Amino acid sequence: MTTTTTQARSPTFMEEIVTNTPGSDPRLEMCIQCGTCGGSCPSGPDMDHSPRKLFAMIDAGMKEEVLSSNTPWYCVSCYYCMVRCPQEIHITDIMYTLKRMAIQEGLYRESSAASAPGFSETFIDYVDTYGRSFELGVATWHHLRHHPLKAVGMATGMGLEMLRKGRMDLTPNRIEGMDQLKSILNKAKELGGEA
Amino acid sequence: MTDEKIGVYICHCGTNISDTVDVENVATWAGEDLEEKGVVVSRDYKFMCSSLGQELIEADIKEQGLTRVVVAACSPHLHEATFRTACDRAGLNPYLCEMVSVREQVSWVHTDKEIATAKSKALILGGVERVALHEPLEPLKVPINPTTMIVGAGISGIQSALEIADSGFPVVLVERDSSIGGHMAQFDKTFPTLDCSACILTPKMVQAGNHPNITLLSWSEVERVDGYVGNFTVTIRKKARYVNEDVCTGCGICIEKCPAKVIDTEFEAGLGYRKAIYRNFPQAVPKYPVIDVDNCIYFQREKCKACQIFCPTQPNSIEFDQEDEVIQVEVGNIVLATGFDLFDARRIPQYGYGRLANVFTSLEFERMCNASGPTTGKVFMRDGVTTPKSVGILHCVGSRDKHYNNYCSVICCMQSLKFAHVVKERTGAEVYNFYIDMRTAFKDYDEFYQRVLEEGVHFIRGRVAEVTDAARLPGEEGKLIIQAEDTFIGKQRRIPVDMVILSAAIEPRHDSNEVAHQFGISCSTNGFFTEKHPKLDPVATMTEGIYIAGCAQGPKDIPASITQGAAASARVLGKIQAGELALEPVRASVNQDICSGCRICNNQCPFNAILFHEDRMVSEINPALCQGCGTCVAACPSNAISGTQFSNEQLEAQLTGLLALNIDGSSVRVLEPVAAD
Amino acid sequence: MKYGYYPGCSLEKNASAYHDSAMAVAGPLGLEFNEVKDWNCCGATEYISIDLIPAYALVGRNLALAAQQNSNGDSNQLAAPCSACFLNLKKADQYMGDSPDLANTVNTALAAGGLNYQAGDVVVRHLLDIFVNDVGLDAIKEKVTKPLYNLRIAPYYGCLIVRPGSMGSFDDPEYPTSMDHMMSALGAEVVDFPLKAHCCGGHMTQISEDVALDLIQRLLKNAADYEADAIVTLCPMCQLNLDAYQDNVNKKYGTNYNIPILYFTQMIGLALGLKPEDLGFGKEFIDATPALSKIGAEVPPKAKKKRQSKEELPMPVMPQES
Repeated sequence: MTTTTTQARSPTFMEEIVTNTPGSDPRLEMCIQCGTCGGSCPSGPDMDHSPRKLFAMIDAGMKEEVLSSNTPWYCVSCYYCMVRCPQEIHITDIMYTLKRMAIQEGLYRESSAASAPGFSETFIDYVDTYGRSFELGVATWHHLRHHPLKAVGMATGMGLEMLRKGRMDLTPNRIEGMDQLKSILNKAKELGGEA
Repeated sequence: MTDEKIGVYICHCGTNISDTVDVENVATWAGEDLEEKGVVVSRDYKFMCSSLGQELIEADIKEQGLTRVVVAACSPHLHEATFRTACDRAGLNPYLCEMVSVREQVSWVHTDKEIATAKSKALILGGVERVALHEPLEPLKVPINPTTMIVGAGISGIQSALEIADSGFPVVLVERDSSIGGHMAQFDKTFPTLDCSACILTPKMVQAGNHPNITLLSWSEVERVDGYVGNFTVTIRKKARYVNEDVCTGCGICIEKCPAKVIDTEFEAGLGYRKAIYRNFPQAVPKYPVIDVDNCIYFQREKCKACQIFCPTQPNSIEFDQEDEVIQVEVGNIVLATGFDLFDARRIPQYGYGRLANVFTSLEFERMCNASGPTTGKVFMRDGVTTPKSVGILHCVGSRDKHYNNYCSVICCMQSLKFAHVVKERTGAEVYNFYIDMRTAFKDYDEFYQRVLEEGVHFIRGRVAEVTDAARLPGEEGKLIIQAEDTFIGKQRRIPVDMVILSAAIEPRHDSNEVAHQFGISCSTNGFFTEKHPKLDPVATMTEGIYIAGCAQGPKDIPASITQGAAASARVLGKIQAGELALEPVRASVNQDICSGCRICNNQCPFNAILFHEDRMVSEINPALCQGCGTCVAACPSNAISGTQFSNEQLEAQLTGLLALNIDGSSVRVLEPVAAD
Repeated sequence: MKYGYYPGCSLEKNASAYHDSAMAVAGPLGLEFNEVKDWNCCGATEYISIDLIPAYALVGRNLALAAQQNSNGDSNQLAAPCSACFLNLKKADQYMGDSPDLANTVNTALAAGGLNYQAGDVVVRHLLDIFVNDVGLDAIKEKVTKPLYNLRIAPYYGCLIVRPGSMGSFDDPEYPTSMDHMMSALGAEVVDFPLKAHCCGGHMTQISEDVALDLIQRLLKNAADYEADAIVTLCPMCQLNLDAYQDNVNKKYGTNYNIPILYFTQMIGLALGLKPEDLGFGKEFIDATPALSKIGAEVPPKAKKKRQSKEELPMPVMPQES
């Protein structure tokens, strides 16, 4: 994005998103609203707003509506949108940025995806502690917190099967270099954590 | 020290230059500090290129006896001719006028006023030093051969040919295919009038085929172009038809009897068949068939010869031993109207073309609708018998897409509307058009959109994400499902249809780079031929005598193609009328006393202007072909080549002037002149 | 041929069948995998949703360790069997190369752990890429002793192995065929089902099971419509979703799919004559035994080409056919 403004002003919502998206220029301002992303999205019909509509809302500066929608949380990271976008917009990367911003602003709580950030946060808690993911732990916490009844069902159904087939650990595994990883992650959080 | 009397003129260009360059200061400086360099008058003026501005120069030349003029203004590309002509009117040789760009090279690229003013002074001093060494020159006059060659006999080339031929001048019309007509001959109807394409094309084809002033070379290709404007020598290969054109009556019995049937991937866009001996379509001009050697049973296995056996003419028209004929023609001007190729829709797998039977390209569908096409004009699915009950038409396939072509192909929206209309008319099916924007910009185009709306065609604004046969919801089994976001509703929709038509992009001919190279012109990054100026001169090229017209220059509709063909002809006729052309005398020449015969320059010349004399072992530059690019001047290791108006002395003088003021760009101070080494 | 090896969390337990079969076939095909010592989780699609720089630093540690390990003359190739790990590793490497700012920030974080990574030091490869392009289908075909005749296999790629693909994907992002060719080389009958690169839903099973089951059901239905005996995949997430949730799909939609979901390395192993026990068979939710019993000893007869009717219009020729 090349903004040529001769007057100093605070960044727009769109500019904020662009700054916080890693890699080369995500080209968010190039959207011609063609709808290929919305048409490709496997979970599109279940989103509050299609990706295309979300980009129009972003351009209109509707920060609250955008960050409280379930759209970024329903993104399955299939990358179809990004691959097909005729303007080569880094759509999926932008969705991740919106996730991070939604958490920062705490706006996701009203959406139908209110449980999604919790899942990711639980996941990374284990990684932060052990250096590896721990499925049983994540699933248990997540379901107990959000769908307690279901948790019971899972435990006796799929959960048990997974254990029986030897496809799930009962306890987490810790890497040797956990101290090293902790130092790295702490420094990283200091540098640019929370986008 | 010089005896010359130099006039220096600095233009304000409104505020374009004067906003950044202190033009009054520069004018004063030139008048005072450059007096010893020969400057006798120095002026600044708001618009030097205006009549009044020019008259200033003319008056000074007459009254002050100026022998040289330096104009500091815009780029020579724009007004060099203006100021040279002004000098000429006042009796000063136009080549004694030097232009210095203080707009494109200074005020438009710098923001610091001090630096800009100082740089302008340096450039002017360079110009002053240089112009003192200019010689008066006379333009080269070359005769113009009144014969014109037109390459490509589609609608644009045909129009161009007819205009010149009707004016009474000879035309050589070269067409690579066996018949003229181009893509327009493949279409069924044309928008917005819904005229039958062949009906409006064939009269022009017939005219072109019969015109006394047109020599039609079909089934022929240009192999080599030599020469220069007014005097081109073109080598053309007339490919063997294996049919004697002097005897053949075009009766078509050979085609009927030929047992070898192949898929016609060219004219029928792969949707129909032809024989190994064939004509593209019944109204082909010329009427003579050609033999496809790769599929002819005789040429492959030395059997059959049915065409020859049944040919009724005496002597027999079929000549299996016919050979290509290579000829040379001399022409004065060339028009390239070579047309376009269609985007290969197989490159977009998610649209299913090539895997899903009932996905068609625009050209395939044109052939289907065409009365002399594979289904005699009926709209059928791939099985050739079933009429579709629902049809989806996709706009922008391969256009407006960074992955394929980032431009708009101009005609697809109208073409898609036309298809919608035709499908509705012939089948009564439900029709769905999927588009990003509706581009119906020209005369009667938006009215056509209104008409199609009235006919009950559904329009969904959303670029199609995928076309699939993977049924998911009820009603989708056995259908093609078009999945797209209906952006007006903001919801993803799946529309089951029987048939899908892809409006594929117009692409440049896939050998456009080679062809451009052959003719000495260039292509843009997209591959279309590059015009001289996109706004002011869309049919000329940077090479004098070569013109471009039609889709070869960029995607366009039929009226625009015809217009460009006619425009190219007007330019050519203008040249022919003038009888001769004045060429810029800025040329290189070889000092044959110094030339060692190393021939390094020979291959460097992009215009093939350098010949080598074997007897004397020296190179010589043809001044008419030479465009003054300077490549050979730089390449020569013996310094034997110099360019008129770009001699070593002139360039050194200019550099001396440029560097004399010793401007340090980081902190502008005009220092003491550096002592010359 | 030597490679660094990054198994990823899934291959430790959930997808141990993938790991076991990959290791089993590596030797016979001349591949040597050296596991990156003390690798950590790549963050999957979770870390990047919460915290940008830590997410990249997390992956950066793995890249740095792999580079260190490879630096003693061994190859700089890093094999990743799991598509998500593959994408995270490749993306971090690419984006650090594209953006010096990101690279500097990440390296500052890595420095706190005494590590550093320069973009391009490691070349990240998906396991499938290595088998198809480094070993080559001809070499694999030569070693086949028990061809998978009669078995109708639907090769399922999922998303992240071929998309976003801006980093020079080794197969088409819409219509990949490398695994199809490989299964053909093993003697199997390849079922070219159109949804072969569509999404399995990833972690949506935890976020919204309804959405996830919908996505999973689409894939199962399509494979079943095309009469596949088995779906062969190359990502632990895809395998889990299609396998462990197949029962839930059947319950929700009233279907009775019974399609085993296997790893491509398991199929290679079978074709090379290795024993199913050594290839991690037996851990699938949908038992593979009935499907595997379809493997015949003889080349199946070639399907008769349908005679074209007189009116039928010709189809365009696809590149692979010419």
